[in-house]
Amino acid sequence: MDEVKVIEIKKSVFADNQQDADALRKELKTKGVFLLNLMSSPGSGKTTTLIRTLNLLKDKVRVAVMEADIDSDVDAVKIRRATGIPSIQLHTGGMCHLDAEMTRQGLDNLSLEETDLVILENVGNLVCPAEFDTGAVANAMILSVPEGDDKPLKYPLMFSVCDLVLINKTDVLPYFDFNPDKCREYIRMRNPKARVIPICARTGEGVEAFADWLLEQIHLWKH
Amino acid sequence: MHELGIVFYIIRDVKKAAEENGVEKVSAVVMNIGEVSTVIPDYLGDCWRWAADKEPLLKGCQLKILPVPAVSYCGDCGKEFGTVAHGKTCPHCGSVNTWLLRGNEVEIKEIEVPAD
Repeated sequence: MDEVKVIEIKKSVFADNQQDADALRKELKTKGVFLLNLMSSPGSGKTTTLIRTLNLLKDKVRVAVMEADIDSDVDAVKIRRATGIPSIQLHTGGMCHLDAEMTRQGLDNLSLEETDLVILENVGNLVCPAEFDTGAVANAMILSVPEGDDKPLKYPLMFSVCDLVLINKTDVLPYFDFNPDKCREYIRMRNPKARVIPICARTGEGVEAFADWLLEQIHLWKH
Repeated sequence: MHELGIVFYIIRDVKKAAEENGVEKVSAVVMNIGEVSTVIPDYLGDCWRWAADKEPLLKGCQLKILPVPAVSYCGDCGKEFGTVAHGKTCPHCGSVNTWLLRGNEVEIKEIEVPAD
């Protein structure tokens, strides 16, 4: 048998990303830019929710949007057309999530000096994005009613990293066995600190509460 | 699901370690993979083979995976239990005031290089 030499490393694969993320957050603090990482599964209504929210926010704060997808630019174009807000598309090149370095590269394409809030729409996925700190100041996720109230039990990590959970598509509650109280209880089990806001992006119900939450967070971050 | 992304991170870290140690060939990378890390060892191995063989430093390099069993601790009764069997609820007292002690690792333990 060939002899081998062992070099001990003992390092988490996520360590470098964690460092990059912390450095990015520090820089955002200096520049007074609030970065929100918005996550969810595909089809939960992220883009529709964003359009509603951006239209409420755009006269109050300077906003920019980064859309992350494996491919295509449909979301960035849709956001720009519907809100007039600067919106860029990031491609992850087949990866199922964004990391802090990719987020930084995206931010380099925005005029941060003229921006108060950047919303990063992460790749639609409840598993991988939760693993990688993007350097965002806060994490939010959207859970839509058709997905089921048991998702906090099935994707514990996602719910434990979120500061805010939006429960979307409340207009279809009568047609699904989705128990909002149970869902809140499951979220609390994973993360007692997470704020929960029920919304309906289609009708606009509850979206104002989300916009107010964002304004409050931006204010706290800047002061 | 995100095994390929993790493989890219492993490759980046191993290349860095090889450079720091003046190593030109790595024969094996040993990983500690926690039972609830969401990394599936089989997928990780498949992605590893595909990506590692594209790197001269890592061509044919083996990925050895050491599983780390997941263990949780109960803040109410102070006992430990297997996370996979019992989830969030303590089997000793029924409390959900529990947290993970270990089993979340995605860690490069060591690399093996051919001896001179």
